[in-house]
Amino acid sequence: MQPETVVSEDYADLARIARQIRRDIIIMTTAAGSGHPGGSLSSADILAALYWRVLRIDPQNPYDPDRDRFVLSKGHCSPALYAALAERGFFPREWLTSFRKLHSPLQGHPDMKKLPGVEMSTGALGQGFSTAVGMALAARVDGKDYRVYALLGDGECQTGQVWEAAMSAAHYRLDNLVAIVDRNGLQIDGPTEQVMALEPLPDKWRSFGWHTLVIDGHSFPEILGAFEEARRTKGRPTAIIARTIKGRGVSFMENVVDWHGVAPNQEQRDRALAELGGEV
Amino acid sequence: MMAHGPTTAAARPVAQAATREGYGQALAELARTNPRVVVLDADLSKSTQSAVFAKACPDRFFNLGIAEPNMMGVAAGLAASGKIVFASTFAIFATQRTMNQLFQSVCYPRLNVKIGASHAGVTVGEDGASHQAIDDIALMRVLPHMTVVVPADAVEARLFTLKAAEWEGPVYLRFGRAKVPVLFDEGHEVEIGRAQVLREGGDVTLVACGVLVSEALKAADFLAAEGIRAEVINCSTVKPLDGETIARSAARTGAVVTCEEHSIIGGLGGAVAEFLAENHPVRLRRIGVRDLFGQSGKAEELLEEYGLTAPHIVRAAKELLETRR
Repeated sequence: MQPETVVSEDYADLARIARQIRRDIIIMTTAAGSGHPGGSLSSADILAALYWRVLRIDPQNPYDPDRDRFVLSKGHCSPALYAALAERGFFPREWLTSFRKLHSPLQGHPDMKKLPGVEMSTGALGQGFSTAVGMALAARVDGKDYRVYALLGDGECQTGQVWEAAMSAAHYRLDNLVAIVDRNGLQIDGPTEQVMALEPLPDKWRSFGWHTLVIDGHSFPEILGAFEEARRTKGRPTAIIARTIKGRGVSFMENVVDWHGVAPNQEQRDRALAELGGEV
Repeated sequence: MMAHGPTTAAARPVAQAATREGYGQALAELARTNPRVVVLDADLSKSTQSAVFAKACPDRFFNLGIAEPNMMGVAAGLAASGKIVFASTFAIFATQRTMNQLFQSVCYPRLNVKIGASHAGVTVGEDGASHQAIDDIALMRVLPHMTVVVPADAVEARLFTLKAAEWEGPVYLRFGRAKVPVLFDEGHEVEIGRAQVLREGGDVTLVACGVLVSEALKAADFLAAEGIRAEVINCSTVKPLDGETIARSAARTGAVVTCEEHSIIGGLGGAVAEFLAENHPVRLRRIGVRDLFGQSGKAEELLEEYGLTAPHIVRAAKELLETRR
């Protein structure tokens, strides 16, 4: 177990938002009867930091050509993204419980043509990251200063396409691109190091030409510090390996591989929400 | 209405050009005329002719190396940012190696990615089976939102590339390596989704695409010498299929032969068979690669080896007419 993250007063708003995202993840997956709570919970703090402190976006103008882009390359963690987008005002919160239901704009995996705020349709792992490289190249072509952020799963780093994309971003010196790896250590079939070992993962990113940072993905000062360092880094892209806990925030889900892709039942939902606290 | 095109052997021009050359010409024009166009390649830019664009417009050309899945993803990201992207490589790599990327990142969000696929079919020649795409039309046709275009000559290749830049959504453009007859003059007009009757005739319909259009025209000459009037339809857009034009002809002739440099499974023959079986059942034969892999050889040798030349079309047409009698 990692030590409990200390949240100072400066980050109280982010902690409150991350808690709301986590609550929504539980509510949405329970209502849907399916979905991926584990990796959604592990990325909630990163999304809170991005959507409230980092991304230059306007929910009233979601297709502004100058906006920053966020691509959820680990598309199965759509509950976390949808919760963040709703909380940020891209669409009404009432839509959240339509998640995974017939004709819902909140598809099982994100659909850019159905939901404002979704920058790319993802779900097949490895692909969203390549599209983020394309968006960063487009900024270069157009002489725009927007930045592009992609959130990858650690298991996703087993796909060849991630490394094709990493190579191309370094080759074109895309310093407007940031890859965040949600390093929660678990994938569907078990620990990543047992299924297909990734370590030394930071060395891999460094050897591909990326400025690489390793942080506590549940510490707001570290998350925000890493994004700031990425912004100052010129001539190459930045990879942030965010060490996280799968299922973070719900004791019986933390570090339990089975919560990768299983929804809570009503009783588990109530227990999870009680643990998370906040408004019911 | 008759399109510009040859009606007799004497009128057929002798000039030869590869369809990929038409692609290169169009990209050169787009470099000047359309600032939204960005071109990508996967280490084959000299072969695909995208190097022409790279030279004219280096700031809007990106070589992604031998990494086709990433190239299609990068194309999708550029398109999502307002670009019209031409992603070029050999047909076999543009389709088989990137099927899941085209499905998820390009077609599902219906992005403006145009796949400039050169070296399709057996006319790749000496490189052999590993480089001969004979299933690419089938693979692309099955993707929702994908448009599939197979130009008959270099003139059409240029015109359809320009049309693709204006078309909303993904387009698969199929080009060849080998020089093939130039069938059309510069006044030729094309439209995505429209087949053209190149030659009228009431006995049998030959529906062809790509390099097989010139073989179908030759076959029509041979048939005419035997008193059989063949109608030749240039079906350059395999999807969306111009079923109306094909059905109108099939209604008159009652016999259809499809002709393509592709597997008989799932390509033009498959598309026409599906359409006619549901809408206007007629006797039908498919000229194409009969569920086989390619092999090394000269382009013209391979066309003959796999039964893709005019005499084979003639034989299929006559067999159809005999079964009708």
